[in-house]
Amino acid sequence: MWSFHKWFERHSLILLVGILVVVSIGGLVQITPLFFIESTIERVEGVRPYTPLELAGRQIYIREGCYTCHSQMIRPLRDEVERYGHYSLAAESMYDHPFQWGSKRTGPDLARVGGRYSDEWHRAHLEDPRSVVPESVMPPYAFLARADLDTANLGAHVRVNRLLRVPYSDAQMANAATDARAQAEPMGDAAYDFEQRYPGAAARDFDGDPARVTEMDALIAYLQMLGAGVDFETYQAEAPENRR
Amino acid sequence: MTDRRERDQHSGTETTGHEWDGVRELDTPLPRWWLYIFYATIVAAVVYWVLMPAWPLPNGYTKGVLNWSDRSNVSADIHALRAARGPMFERLAQASAAQIAADPELQQFARAAGEAVYGDYCRTCHGAGGAGAPGYPVLADDVWIWGGSLADIEHTLRVGVRSTHPETRLSMMPAYGRDGLLSAHQIADVTEYVIALSAARDRLDPNAAAAARGGALYQEQCSACHGPAGAGDRAVGAPSLSDDVWLYGGKREEIRRQVELGRGGVMPSWASRFDPGTLRALAYYVHEMGGGEPDAPAPATPTQ
Repeated sequence: MWSFHKWFERHSLILLVGILVVVSIGGLVQITPLFFIESTIERVEGVRPYTPLELAGRQIYIREGCYTCHSQMIRPLRDEVERYGHYSLAAESMYDHPFQWGSKRTGPDLARVGGRYSDEWHRAHLEDPRSVVPESVMPPYAFLARADLDTANLGAHVRVNRLLRVPYSDAQMANAATDARAQAEPMGDAAYDFEQRYPGAAARDFDGDPARVTEMDALIAYLQMLGAGVDFETYQAEAPENRR
Repeated sequence: MTDRRERDQHSGTETTGHEWDGVRELDTPLPRWWLYIFYATIVAAVVYWVLMPAWPLPNGYTKGVLNWSDRSNVSADIHALRAARGPMFERLAQASAAQIAADPELQQFARAAGEAVYGDYCRTCHGAGGAGAPGYPVLADDVWIWGGSLADIEHTLRVGVRSTHPETRLSMMPAYGRDGLLSAHQIADVTEYVIALSAARDRLDPNAAAAARGGALYQEQCSACHGPAGAGDRAVGAPSLSDDVWLYGGKREEIRRQVELGRGGVMPSWASRFDPGTLRALAYYVHEMGGGEPDAPAPATPTQ
């Protein structure tokens, strides 16, 4: 054993080949399964890529560090399902780059917060959390309502997501900025095109200020679609292929 | 290779046989306890691969001999929970308000189940104990916008208010000021009349002349929904204006703002989140908060 090892140590070329063999085995073991990772994502109806406005809201969610206190992952445990709703599915994060599962719950899980409160509640809560939840320790985010949404980079965001295999079309990429405005201005000129490009996405004035498209619009649009996509009427949670 | 492992004279440990400028490297063996734990972890990993789900494959994944599945486990847990609670929820979903009133066991169950759901879903807007907040009605009093019988409350829970449910309860007060339906003077007059109509008249001391001018406007614009005497109409969700309870605040300025903006809150529909038994429990809990009204003579509509 010792002399065998010495053989490696004394011949650099043999050592190099030996290292390559060992690293390749390690690499194959770790990397090969990732090529089949898609086979672990269940098939569901209703999960769609984010609209540009929701994508912008997601960026704000990340920028403000919401993930440090809020998770977006309902684990398959009885108490979590009882409190938050159906456990999170892999498919619900399939367009998340990066995902926001989180590991810390100072505040509640947000994986299914979409549709649970009114836009007005979200507005009041983000501006002054204590006004609706007296015991809350969340910091206020009133400035979001004053900050105009910067749509200049949204095309690039959509493009990067497309590079990561989120199925955005050329038209969706080219019109990202207009679509973001259109979603918050349902009576605007681009509303029809938006609806054609993102069927099923809710378009309304989220922040209660019809004159402007603010960061508050974007964040509430994002929160209101969280976990609301999957149609649990058609999803067969009990089917053998979905038991994992 | 001519290897005779040397021993370091000082420590008595073998050396590796390497030598750099007279310095030799000790080849101290790994502690046995450490080595065996290391081997044990390798064995444990192999055992785990065999027993548990481990490797993604082109079609599915290795399931492991134990056939472990978190989703199956949680599903079994929830089925067990439903089986345990099911009979009571079933009884609750079938029971009328009178039957619940006559059954302490059912009452206790409904109160406990309702309280849990209320705390998770309703309290954030309607406050602990139904205390309400500006824009979110108080549930603990006997003032109801859409009706306070068990059946009414349950229906509101099911369809929501201005929600996405197709049968949602829907009322739309015009924004008289924002949409330019009345001038600022007219709104001020109507506000005085509404104050004079309400139980707030002692508190706010309305201007008699302005109220007299506002009266005609009120009969023209407001009485169709709120009633000629301000009694309100639950069929269309028009709050009573004869009491001193104000959803958006009871100061003169707040009442005026509401005539100006005609705000209306949104309550989500809960029909798709909860089963009928849970909805009944929640309705009962809200009904018992303090202001529940007896059911109308017609039997409660059974929920789907």
